[in-house]
Amino acid sequence: MDKAIIKVDENGFYGQFGGAYIPEMLYPNIEELRENYESIMASGDFREEFDRLLRDYVGRPTPLYFANRLSEKYGAKIYLKREDLCHTGAHKINNTVGQIILARKLNKKRIIAETGAGQHGVATATVCALMGMECTVYMGAVDMERQKPNVERMRILGANVVPANSGSKTLKDATNEAMRQWINNPVDTHYIIGSVVGPHPYPEMVARFQSVISAEMKVQLMEKEGRENPDLVIACVGGGSNAAGAFYHYYNQADVRLIAVEAAGLGVLSGKSAATTVLGKPGILHGSRTLLMQTADGQVVEPHSISAGLDYPGIGPVHAHLFDSGRGEFVAVEDEHAMQAGIELSRLEGIIPAIESAHAFHALKQIKYRSSDVIVINLSGRGDKDLETYIKWGNY
Amino acid sequence: MNRIDQLFQNKKKSILSIYFTAGFPGLQDTLPIMEAIEAAGADIIEIGVPYSDPIADGPTIQESNNQALKNGMTLHLLFEQLQQMREKVSIPVILMGYLNPVVQYGMDAFCKKCKEVGVDGLILPDLPMQQYLSEYKSLFDAHDLRNTFLISPQTSEARIREIDQNTDGFIYMVSSASITGARKSVSPEQIAYFERVKAMGLKNPRLIGFGISDSSSFQTAAAHAHGAIIGSAFIHVLRDSKDLKKDIYQYIQSVIS
Repeated sequence: MDKAIIKVDENGFYGQFGGAYIPEMLYPNIEELRENYESIMASGDFREEFDRLLRDYVGRPTPLYFANRLSEKYGAKIYLKREDLCHTGAHKINNTVGQIILARKLNKKRIIAETGAGQHGVATATVCALMGMECTVYMGAVDMERQKPNVERMRILGANVVPANSGSKTLKDATNEAMRQWINNPVDTHYIIGSVVGPHPYPEMVARFQSVISAEMKVQLMEKEGRENPDLVIACVGGGSNAAGAFYHYYNQADVRLIAVEAAGLGVLSGKSAATTVLGKPGILHGSRTLLMQTADGQVVEPHSISAGLDYPGIGPVHAHLFDSGRGEFVAVEDEHAMQAGIELSRLEGIIPAIESAHAFHALKQIKYRSSDVIVINLSGRGDKDLETYIKWGNY
Repeated sequence: MNRIDQLFQNKKKSILSIYFTAGFPGLQDTLPIMEAIEAAGADIIEIGVPYSDPIADGPTIQESNNQALKNGMTLHLLFEQLQQMREKVSIPVILMGYLNPVVQYGMDAFCKKCKEVGVDGLILPDLPMQQYLSEYKSLFDAHDLRNTFLISPQTSEARIREIDQNTDGFIYMVSSASITGARKSVSPEQIAYFERVKAMGLKNPRLIGFGISDSSSFQTAAAHAHGAIIGSAFIHVLRDSKDLKKDIYQYIQSVIS
């Protein structure tokens, strides 16, 4: 079935989603990236440095851990891909390591980035410190207030954190601000986008940097199960970078079910939700055509999720295509259920997950599977950053 | 004949285009502002369709967009307000807006409505040329709408030629590598860029925008192109005005005289 082949075309489209809807002022930057990223990523130099840093600095490969008690409870063979054990505590750094090497090959002197909860900002500030590059992170003023420890982490690492004061003062506004600053500094600056969103080639480029997750899964499953493919891969989706990485090498393996878990917030129909595939319609934001939460008049709607990392009104175009083509299965998990799943994982396996990742665990209760199934859940980040939210929730 | 074509045929220099955001400062100010702009002697009116996420705009226009949306402006309402505009306004009118609200309205319906109320041109800054050519150009042409592309100091000569080839109406020269917003003065580098593009002998006239705010910057821009576009500085005037008609007149007169 042609429709199920997940592949980006030369203009950056996955089916009807993607592209590069950008003001002309950004065209030279995007064009420079589009023309160079594949050849740079394919070069021996790049591969050597990327692989070495992922191994020696990030701590890869991350373990594929057989979760014994969780498996017993849910009646399937459940493995956790331990991205929470990456340096800085989440998968985000796979991408920032890749992009900063790329930025240096393009002779860029400065790095800018957007961040929501601060995980991508921290991962960016980290690699900038590593490479001795100037770093400015744009963060919604509201998020800066909500995520103070991550603001200070970035500052300790030497980054300049600038509040985005427009709109709702959250992730989407931080992204707007980073794009504006890129327009203002088009020559010497590289913009490290943190998810599989933005204009082509970002969604595909970020997915490739994150694809190390599923590449390792294949090798590790072969060792443990004697087969490369699990029956299901489950991952949470905000913009969708950890899911894109976990799905990447399975996109076109029809026997692997790809389960994408969105944040339902207070309930999909509550008006306080981030379940884009349920609530969104095709639209254009941050340079790509994708599913987008918006009013009938085309204004972007502010989403809600208890986890800042899933609090985004769109999803990466590849995920919009996974949804549209039927290749991916999408479920939406409510705040309360995600919190419960986070506590459950803590008690069963001794792992406190990031609240983003906790959404993926609750999906086990919302989907059907067989007891013989091998399931991999991408544990995209650890819960240290979310302690305050866990404490405030209090139900443990 | 399209009013934009007509204007550039009759007037070769010092053309002034004024941008404002529909629904700002007040929801019902659209037509009175347009009439005042024409009465004050400007040549083109550029109406901004407000959007929640204007990524090419600086703080001033972001704020006017926000206020307009809070006031309740929508594309449907704007077209209602513009229904009788040609009884009162005779100079060219351009709609400037980000793609998403237009796409949600429906590009067919949008173009039809533009033609119906008497809009002459469009500026859709996040519409890529490729999409324009493959999906929309024939539609715009069928409704006699001129589509304007932007260029910046970073735009390559080949790209400028490609844009010139595929544009009619005029080319919008972004004065520096920046988002919208008033700046102090025009630098020698900017003038070199204006002259470089001027020397290319493009078929389209050129208007310079971003950072034009007063008589001095307008005269400088007019000396190196066919005229200029003022946005943020005009939004400041609207924002601070107690008497729109009088303040618009005085401001535009101060720029062109």
